[in-house]
Amino acid sequence: MNAPEKLTLKDYTSDQEVRWCPGCGDYAILKAVQKLMPELGVPKEKTVFVSGIGCSSRFPYYMETFGFHTIHGRAPSVATGVKLANPDLDVWVITGDGDGLSIGGNHMLHVLRRNVNLQVLLFNNEIYGLTKGQYSPTSRVGTKSPSTPDGSVDLPLSPCVVALGANARFVARSIDTEMKHLTEVLRRAHANDGASFVEIYQNCPVYNDGIFDYIKDKKSAKETRLVLEHGQPLIFGTDADKGVMLDAANMRLQVVTLGNGIAESDLIVHDETNKVLAQMLTAMRTPDFPEPIGVIYCNPEESFTSSLYGQRDAVRNAKPQLPDINAALRTGHTWVVD
Amino acid sequence: MSVVEETTSLEPQFTHASDVVVRFAGDSGDGMQLTGNNFTEATAIYGNDLATFPDFPAEIRAPAGATFGVSAFQIYFGSEEVTTAGDVVDVLVCMNPAALITQLNDLVEGGVIIVDRDAFTPRNLTRAGYTTNPLDDNSLDGYRVIDIEVTKQVLEAVKPFNLSHKFAVRCKNMWTLGLVMWLFDRSRDATVDGLSSKFNSKPDIRDANIAALNAGHAYGETAELPSGVEIYKVPAAVMAPGLYRNTTGSDAIAYGLLAGGQLAEVPIVFASYPITPASSLLHTLSNHKQFDVVTFQAEDEIAAVCAALGASFAGSLGITSSSGPGISLKGEGISLAIATELPLIVINTQRGGPSTGLPTKTEQSDLNLALSGRHADTIMPVISASTCTDCFDVAIEAVRLATKYMTPVMLLSDGYLANASEPWHVPDFNDYEPFPVKYAEPSEDFSPAGRDAETLARVWAKPGVAGLEHRIGGIENDYDTGDISYDDDNHQKMTDVRHERINNIANDIPEQDVALGNKTGKLAVVGWGSTFGAIHQGVKRAHVRGLDVSHIQIRYLCPLPRNLGELLAGFDHVLVPEMNKGQLVNILRAKFLIDARPLNKVSGKPFLIREIEDAIDAELESDS
Repeated sequence: MNAPEKLTLKDYTSDQEVRWCPGCGDYAILKAVQKLMPELGVPKEKTVFVSGIGCSSRFPYYMETFGFHTIHGRAPSVATGVKLANPDLDVWVITGDGDGLSIGGNHMLHVLRRNVNLQVLLFNNEIYGLTKGQYSPTSRVGTKSPSTPDGSVDLPLSPCVVALGANARFVARSIDTEMKHLTEVLRRAHANDGASFVEIYQNCPVYNDGIFDYIKDKKSAKETRLVLEHGQPLIFGTDADKGVMLDAANMRLQVVTLGNGIAESDLIVHDETNKVLAQMLTAMRTPDFPEPIGVIYCNPEESFTSSLYGQRDAVRNAKPQLPDINAALRTGHTWVVD
Repeated sequence: MSVVEETTSLEPQFTHASDVVVRFAGDSGDGMQLTGNNFTEATAIYGNDLATFPDFPAEIRAPAGATFGVSAFQIYFGSEEVTTAGDVVDVLVCMNPAALITQLNDLVEGGVIIVDRDAFTPRNLTRAGYTTNPLDDNSLDGYRVIDIEVTKQVLEAVKPFNLSHKFAVRCKNMWTLGLVMWLFDRSRDATVDGLSSKFNSKPDIRDANIAALNAGHAYGETAELPSGVEIYKVPAAVMAPGLYRNTTGSDAIAYGLLAGGQLAEVPIVFASYPITPASSLLHTLSNHKQFDVVTFQAEDEIAAVCAALGASFAGSLGITSSSGPGISLKGEGISLAIATELPLIVINTQRGGPSTGLPTKTEQSDLNLALSGRHADTIMPVISASTCTDCFDVAIEAVRLATKYMTPVMLLSDGYLANASEPWHVPDFNDYEPFPVKYAEPSEDFSPAGRDAETLARVWAKPGVAGLEHRIGGIENDYDTGDISYDDDNHQKMTDVRHERINNIANDIPEQDVALGNKTGKLAVVGWGSTFGAIHQGVKRAHVRGLDVSHIQIRYLCPLPRNLGELLAGFDHVLVPEMNKGQLVNILRAKFLIDARPLNKVSGKPFLIREIEDAIDAELESDS
């Protein structure tokens, strides 16, 4: 093994000029990833970034690792192939809301439910940037764009809800500019042995500027952000005086203010392994609720390649046969002509 | 059938024939494919040369007695070289009226019909479209009908095993097989062995099937069959000495890929999505875990090609397979393989189209798709298999080209090759020359855009090797550095190099030879793919009649063999039979400016030999 701890952010920076628009949230994510890399203990040559098409998908060009900029929506499939060929590689899929949930929605479902051991980073800016600003499957109703001049009418989906629905075993959310939080979420995602899904709220300064200001702005963030920590009660608010409680009678969550007979012990304690809770948390949206960030769900299962190669080993052990072409061709009914 | 001699005075009587066509037909649930396969095995062991043609409906279990649910299995066997499944049927086995009404047209005048009278119920007759029972209305007088209450015989034969009525009746196919085996003097041993291992854990069913098989055979021996029905003697063919097995084209491709992987010293990742008639490749390969192959059933066709390409990026050889509609979906992925210059094999088991078309029937109408069915100027090698056994060598060749030239390769097979079977003189793998791949190694001047000076193949730089970190992608890249480049001159150069690299393969493949006949002459019949058998026999028969005809069979469709234009120019006429509306013929016309003529058939069935012969006659007649 190399001594990866000696490496720095610089070692993970390629010689390519970064071509995102000034002020794009992608810069911050790139920096967070480049900074995290040396800390993960994975040799550089074993690291592979795979992306689809879109602004976010230019990401691999800027990483001094192996990288494959593929075609629209198909990065999860290409990445699955990389893992099939060499399960030892550390694979990161970089995608966006259009790439990963519109044209590539099907592959997203299946890479997650198969639990392929890789990290999916979905940069959600709720817009198509590279094609100049059309609305995306995560755009809120009423989004005005070149293709929806009078506002979009179709309902958006939530990436984390989709991921849970696809039976992902690791689902998390973070924010482009929250370097510390994002880094910790990515570290957790990397540690999970299976498909890890991370939605990153990402600002597009050109086509959808400020769409996440409500949760990014320091002034409002405390009221709109619910920072999740396993084993800790769901508390938020400028004065940490609000919480999330289960309204058991109606089978839903409710926001409560602490005091007046409501104690911290009445609040829900975050349990990463509770899928029902995860589903309720991912359904929370402003303005009715704060939006959760952090690890929403983590409940590991054996990864796909581990099961696949394990099965192959088991078959080979149960019925030892040499990989002999001549023998295989002569198996079954044969006859000899003299 | 060619009847050599009939013995009439001796008991028992024999008909001596040099070749015979037998077709088994029944409901899709009657087990006709299984019956046909067992008879094929016995015939191979007997020593006849043979070819088979399974013809089954797309419906898995169509309603009993329906004409659209008829499943048939045809076998042509003889004492001389057999390369097609035969033109006309000599012996037709019909398990119900629907089988009779749909298959009778193909039966030779005076041919033998074996029917299960018990299946000719009013309900089944109506369903098949009969207003009167053909067994009783003299409409079959021109044939030799063996009219047996098979169901009744079967129920009697399996009585000791106390099966439910449903399971007892299912033994019908084995009873009929036993009778046909008697008719052709075949051994039942292999079938008995097969039943014994298949139903090892169900002794009642095993014994009942074997009893039915034997009872059918005994019926032939003891019953008084109509005059003119006697045991056929079809002498064994003279075949080259050695070890033989039967193989379908699909299995031969599977083994060829495994063999190619070993010759290239590269692991295989086979990613595919189920589609008729291509799925059997996935099944076969997933059952060979002792080899260095990983199989992956993807969520769709696009994911399959992309996973294969991802595997190639990571240093394995990615292979994907499908049929026409699926190949269309893979187009963008294939173009990415071309842009990134990674190896990939795409196997297209063609079927009748467009759209869902005829999923279980054969056609070769994807040649244009293979050659140019992608966006932009995307050239890739296209090669085709001509026979079931040829599939093995063609698959190896696909691996060689893909890995040596760092390119996707399209291998064209079709529904006929995939499902049909023929005896295979099993090759010795030690006779094959290895062609190990060379992965890039770290060096001071490593560049992901580095090329082999001779082949122009890009380097194959595996992730996992320190010092080779690099990025590739679908954006046009710089010829020298591999970095993103929108430069106009560079795009021209890259496009030119992509073409030059593939066109140069013409210098690395054999010159085109004639399969049969002279290298110049009046008429060349040019084929590709599974039309080989019919063309070959058609030309052979024309030779017997003294006609000046040659058979040219093209394996390499892109690039074409370097001498092909010259070779074709040596013939007064060129006839191109294809199971499409004329795809290769147009390429030959455009490329070589010759008046090549088409012969087209898109009925879902292979060419008959006599269709080729008739076309040869017509071509030569126009000359005189």
